[in-house]
Amino acid sequence: MDKFTTLTGIAAPMPLVNIDTDMIIPKQFLKTIKRSGLGVNLFDEMRYNQDGTEKPDFILNQPAYRSAEIIVAGDNFGCGSSREHAPWALLDFGIRCVISTSFADIFFSNCFKNGILPVVLPQEAVDALMEDAKKGANARITVDLASQTVTGTDGTTYGFEVDAFKKHCLLNGLDDIGLTLEKVTAIDRFEGQAAQSRPWV
Amino acid sequence: MTTPTQAAPKTIYDKIWDAHVVDTSEDGTCLLYIDRHLVHEVTSPQAFEGLRMTGRTVRAPQKTIAVPDHNVPTTEGRDIRIDNEESRIQVDALDKNARDFKINYYPVSDIRQGIVHIVGPEQGWTLPGMTVVCGDSHTATHGAFGALAHGIGTSEVEHVLATQTLIQKKSKNMKVEITGRLRPGVTAKDITLSVIGETGTAGGTGYVIEYCGEAIRELSMEGRMTVCNMAIEGGARAGLIAPDETTFAYVMGRPHAPKGAQWEAALAWWKTLFTDEGAHFDKVVTLRGEDIAPVVTWGTSPEDVLPITANVPALTDFTGGKVEAVQRALDYMGLTPGQKLTDIQIDTVFIGSCTNGRIEDLRAAAAILKGKKIAVKRAMVVPGSGLVRAQAEEEGLAKIFLDAGFEWRLAGCSMCLAMNPDQLAPGERCAATSNRNFEGRQGRGGRTHLMSPAMAAAAAITGHLTDVREMMAEPAEAI
Ligand code: SF4
Repeated sequence: MDKFTTLTGIAAPMPLVNIDTDMIIPKQFLKTIKRSGLGVNLFDEMRYNQDGTEKPDFILNQPAYRSAEIIVAGDNFGCGSSREHAPWALLDFGIRCVISTSFADIFFSNCFKNGILPVVLPQEAVDALMEDAKKGANARITVDLASQTVTGTDGTTYGFEVDAFKKHCLLNGLDDIGLTLEKVTAIDRFEGQAAQSRPWV
Repeated sequence: MTTPTQAAPKTIYDKIWDAHVVDTSEDGTCLLYIDRHLVHEVTSPQAFEGLRMTGRTVRAPQKTIAVPDHNVPTTEGRDIRIDNEESRIQVDALDKNARDFKINYYPVSDIRQGIVHIVGPEQGWTLPGMTVVCGDSHTATHGAFGALAHGIGTSEVEHVLATQTLIQKKSKNMKVEITGRLRPGVTAKDITLSVIGETGTAGGTGYVIEYCGEAIRELSMEGRMTVCNMAIEGGARAGLIAPDETTFAYVMGRPHAPKGAQWEAALAWWKTLFTDEGAHFDKVVTLRGEDIAPVVTWGTSPEDVLPITANVPALTDFTGGKVEAVQRALDYMGLTPGQKLTDIQIDTVFIGSCTNGRIEDLRAAAAILKGKKIAVKRAMVVPGSGLVRAQAEEEGLAKIFLDAGFEWRLAGCSMCLAMNPDQLAPGERCAATSNRNFEGRQGRGGRTHLMSPAMAAAAAITGHLTDVREMMAEPAEAI
């Protein structure tokens, strides 16, 4: 997994609430057995016409936002299915950070496993950053994980909360499985005890 | 927080959680032991690939159960050949991974194959007090047994395969109580949709829900699974229901349920799994069972729920960011504010999915359909498992569906998410018993209205959204 430390980039405004994982990556693209290559199909049904041509008014098709690295989104981003194809598609497109007032639970945790930082901010801050994002390529937003801040185009800084363990893993690009396997004796012990107390499991 | 004492009252969620903590870090992050890991073909290939790349193995193959369901065609001959190449590759990959890693497996050729969330309980893999995970958000279904069950992403699938644990922070406790009794024609599906209508799709975010109250207690296991299944649509990590005699009776004798002395030991522990008097809930939602009507969704979010007697809402009924979403939903769904819901014409009816693909669901639909003919372009029943299908044939339900003009399919997810050939065409409008009405969910441009099996059957007969209670009033249809 790639580290996430600090990022200054173009942010795409997507004020729609409840952007679900079916919108982020429709199911016909879940048939892959790989993690890569999903970026072209990110937001597929919103982004392309049935004949495959681009819909010019979709935000990521506009010249200013083709290289966006951040999305500022409406409430409850990523609701719906557990498909990790959603963060894979975002990442493959080049998105490393999503800012919203709230995220769906599974999507939120999937982001961290893929080097994407989901940032939760209060409504006023998201509204202000949404306005910044609308300014297009002239406006860049800076996200700094170490100091847990987002800085808007006018220099206003917003602090955000992030789970200490998740932050540590993301800053250092650490693999969860490797970390857990260091605790294998504790797992062995638990399994041994459970085999006694709940043998039917 | 109160100081924990030995007698500190706990919720059922607290109890199951505490019984599975392997390790706690200073910041409160826990390593949670996983009792059952269910696997399907869509969210697992990359996880197995990860194991191979790192030379890791599956830690507890005997606690890991795989079944292909999302991609499989629901027509005959699929055990010999799956035409869609990508689907075939995914199913073949699962075959191979199950074989290589020696995990429990139900291939498409096995009569026990079906939707992972139907197969788990049916085979007795899902038991009270367990932690159950699957790379699928509707894992919440298994909470009906008083298990802590939730969906995970593919990286976490790999994590569980390799370590049989999950890194988790505890969620908050939420209580959803349905008091009193349901009125005739109102089902578990109406309960769960009504709760989401009340709380919104983000109302449960950060919580594990315990469903309780008289109306919940009176539900069968099938109904409880329907309720818990959609906890995720309300944003909750999981939903669960304390186990009771109904649960134990369902579990007893299942192939993987404990037997003999182990059954007695298990039962003794299961009986301790209830929320203690005075336990703390961070959020409480109460609905009166009597107030719940048969409902349908009109929009493209499961929170867009209204009683069937209502009209399509207007933009002015909403505020904030939801206004744009509602405008978009009305356009997408091709509806006009003020239009009566019962005036909405239906092209297709889909009965199935992990929400409503169990035997009781098929019975409820068949009771409405008996002796009637469909007035829609097409209608299909996709039983949740091969065993559900066989039982429905034995009970004569298949014949009722076929006589009415329904297609009688093989088990799988089918048109719930339309990854297989069962899809809606653009603009095609469907009465569906599944759980998601998102844009494009059942096929690009397809329009989905969610409802109970009885309501879907009623719509099939009239060709438009229909209040099933009107059909039940006829004496011949009394159940
Ligand atoms: S039936 Fe639908 S919701 Fe259930 S597991 Fe299959 S695709 Fe998911």
